[in-house]
Amino acid sequence: MSSTTRRDFLKQSALASAGTILVGFQLPVFAKKQALITDAFIRLELDGAVTLMMNHAEFGNGAYTSLSMMVAEELDLDWQTIKLEAAPTEQRYYSPLFGEYLTAGSVSTASSFMPMREAGARTRQLLLEAASIHFSAPISSLRTADSKVHHRDGRSVSYAALIAVVEANGLKPPEKAKLKNPEDFAVLGKPQRRIEAPEKVDGSAIFGSDIRFDDMLFASIVRPPVYGGFARDFDGTNALAVKGVVRVKKIDAGIAVLARDYWTAKKAAGLVTVSWEDGGNGGLSTKGYSVEYRELSDKPGLLAENIGRAEEIIAETEDGLVIESVYEMPYLAHATMEPMNCTAKLAGDRCEIWVGTQYQSNDRTVVAKMLGVPEENVVINRTLSGGTFGRRASKTADFVTDAVQAASGENVPVQVIWSREEDIRGGHYRPQFIHRLKGVLDNQGYPLAWHQRVVGKSIMQNTKHDPAYMVRGMDIYSLDGCLQEPFGVFPYGTSYEIPNHRIESHNPAKTGVRPHEWRAVGHTHTGIAYECFLDELADKGNKDPLDLRLHLSRKHTRMHNLLEKLKKVSNWEQPLAAGRGRGMAARVYSNSWIAQSVELTVDEDGSYSVDKVFCVVDCGFAVNPLGIQGQIEGGIMLGLNAVAYGAIDVVDGRVVQSNFHDYRPLRMHQMPEVEIHIMPSELPPTGVGEQSTTPIAPAIGNAIFNATGKRVRDFPLDRQGFVLKG
Amino acid sequence: MFKLDVNGQQVTVDCSEDTPLLWVLRDHLRLTGTKFGCGIGQCGACTVHIDSQPVRACMIPIEKAQGRNVRTIESLKRDDNFSVVQTAWLEEDVAQCGYCQSGQIMAATALLENNPDPDEEAINEAMLGHICRCGTYPRIRLAIKRASHQLSRGES
Repeated sequence: MSSTTRRDFLKQSALASAGTILVGFQLPVFAKKQALITDAFIRLELDGAVTLMMNHAEFGNGAYTSLSMMVAEELDLDWQTIKLEAAPTEQRYYSPLFGEYLTAGSVSTASSFMPMREAGARTRQLLLEAASIHFSAPISSLRTADSKVHHRDGRSVSYAALIAVVEANGLKPPEKAKLKNPEDFAVLGKPQRRIEAPEKVDGSAIFGSDIRFDDMLFASIVRPPVYGGFARDFDGTNALAVKGVVRVKKIDAGIAVLARDYWTAKKAAGLVTVSWEDGGNGGLSTKGYSVEYRELSDKPGLLAENIGRAEEIIAETEDGLVIESVYEMPYLAHATMEPMNCTAKLAGDRCEIWVGTQYQSNDRTVVAKMLGVPEENVVINRTLSGGTFGRRASKTADFVTDAVQAASGENVPVQVIWSREEDIRGGHYRPQFIHRLKGVLDNQGYPLAWHQRVVGKSIMQNTKHDPAYMVRGMDIYSLDGCLQEPFGVFPYGTSYEIPNHRIESHNPAKTGVRPHEWRAVGHTHTGIAYECFLDELADKGNKDPLDLRLHLSRKHTRMHNLLEKLKKVSNWEQPLAAGRGRGMAARVYSNSWIAQSVELTVDEDGSYSVDKVFCVVDCGFAVNPLGIQGQIEGGIMLGLNAVAYGAIDVVDGRVVQSNFHDYRPLRMHQMPEVEIHIMPSELPPTGVGEQSTTPIAPAIGNAIFNATGKRVRDFPLDRQGFVLKG
Repeated sequence: MFKLDVNGQQVTVDCSEDTPLLWVLRDHLRLTGTKFGCGIGQCGACTVHIDSQPVRACMIPIEKAQGRNVRTIESLKRDDNFSVVQTAWLEEDVAQCGYCQSGQIMAATALLENNPDPDEEAINEAMLGHICRCGTYPRIRLAIKRASHQLSRGES
């Protein structure tokens, strides 16, 4: 057995690539001569396979499938012949939108739609030219299908067989791509199952933590108990005495214990004694932030938007007629199924890394700087990721530098695996936020003035993204979803029009617990505050919440049509039985419009079940309806999970939660039925990866109010007496 | 030295007696299809079968697995053919990130081996301990029903 299961990594790769498509990881094949590279993204293999270079990470988002569909459509590929390879960290593979090798912001499909189609189309034109020579026939007599060129007389030639013709005649792909008309699409817009699914059902998919080499070591890190603390000194004698332990060393993150297997490393890590410094964070608490932010929310902030005279109207209105509420949202951990991990090998001035990452250009830059070597000496092999929700786009490359430092001086690959406790306590959270809102209604009961102060830490301030995302000292990611007008690089507003609308921002000092992107970023808190307070105004003005939004969006066609559709499909006007409630919310995020309504049942004791979620989305042209459905269901699950239970508390600088028993995940029987409607559209495709996470939380809050008359403004719900059943 | 049967083959492993089966599989035998998720039996990502019963490999010290039959996700395919459950998973396009799916599939396989026609309650009970952070739950349910339908029609 040991000879077959202890196969080394090279053999494992070879075996896997001989079978089905290997997407997790493949050795670079630059030396391979039996292939024709027609484009940065396409390599035709002599054996008939067509290798596509994937320049976006796959972590459940479906990027590998939708990018493959784009090439397959234009190149008329036989789906079975496609092989995928993670593209290396080269400029030509950087996101055209970000200018970095980054998979984030729900933009992979949108930003790849033209480049990948053009790559496929140009290769197709090249192959048609080659086939024209091969058949001595005009291109007009040829067509492409199933990875072959077909002559109208019935003869055909495979793409692979045309490689020799291309090379013998020195043919090059044309500069300009001739793209198909959308009405001729056979792949795009049709439901397509996930391309890497076969590997994910038989255990052969390679995630970061599945990288194996014969001589590798595994490492566990003892991390400081206080957030942001560090080790002053340690004694690793007892750990080193454990059989299988190879080394105990100090790294920036704490004390790394290296052993022949992870269990031994983890067990021995418990035997290391460390004297810790708390980094000045011993007094940190999330309760403290709450008090500080509430005080700040009473003071004027930086002015983000001021339409009309909101402040003046509120000042002129008698106290009893100003509606005022404060909403508070806690820190959230990502808790990806696969805890953070990375494998690194250092040899001389070179470093090779195997990691599931969203952000490999930054990982490489951070590591090269840390090691003092040129960037090209750092090679990143991207694997599949077991979830991210934003966590694996780390500006500090924290989980990568851990492994590089642990591997320093070892000359063999070292894999650092974070335990679930380290993962949940490791920081990089959706930041805590407070929103203070004030509103005044006109004499018809419609919102006349809206005043909102947003208080929470900036994600982008003092990072390299500062110039793009900070506007006049305000992080647009803190405010995304509050503003009526486009702000900074975000070209959209709420799609509602309130005549007097003022938004102010406080980004408190960026010290203590680190703020990070979390699926849908700003919308995870702005969505709750905005959409719940809008319902508060609807209630005071005696308006139906959905009708109010229809009124406010009457000049915004996409939002207005979306809401009309939601009203219809969700049977919005049909009365519900006592104890049941209905609520809705609508949002614009990353150029996609999305609206949801939920139906739930609340018992006398406040326990509730979410019975049904209706979701309507306008994401432009729907590239893969099956993938969109999955992303929407997933986003709803994560958003519901967070609003029901999600909270990370810090007391005395220590994170309270540690594992799935106290950072509770949503389980299968708690998942509501989800009905999804995709608006037909011929506009360019936009994202769906994060959008559905945003309306679900306020829709739940609004439905609970509808069912019980109780308005929750502090989250999660289980701390306010509303406990999701299960 | 510990002896056990993994996927029909006798293996001998040299490790400490408290090493959980999970790490024996992943690090010693290099069977990485079985995943680490929480280490405390809360997430189900490490589910394997011992003597046909689904168990959490992170909670079973190697000495308790000694002499027993361990079956992992790698054993389900026969002669390159996916099992009925795996096929249902593909047809319903269940996986997103895919990290939890080995455990989900092993749990569903055990459920259907014991009860080929489970009702909703039986499905809920069998899958309660299996977390998916991507939210593939609706499709997992559909896939179990699809596999159940296949099995009860004897099309395995």
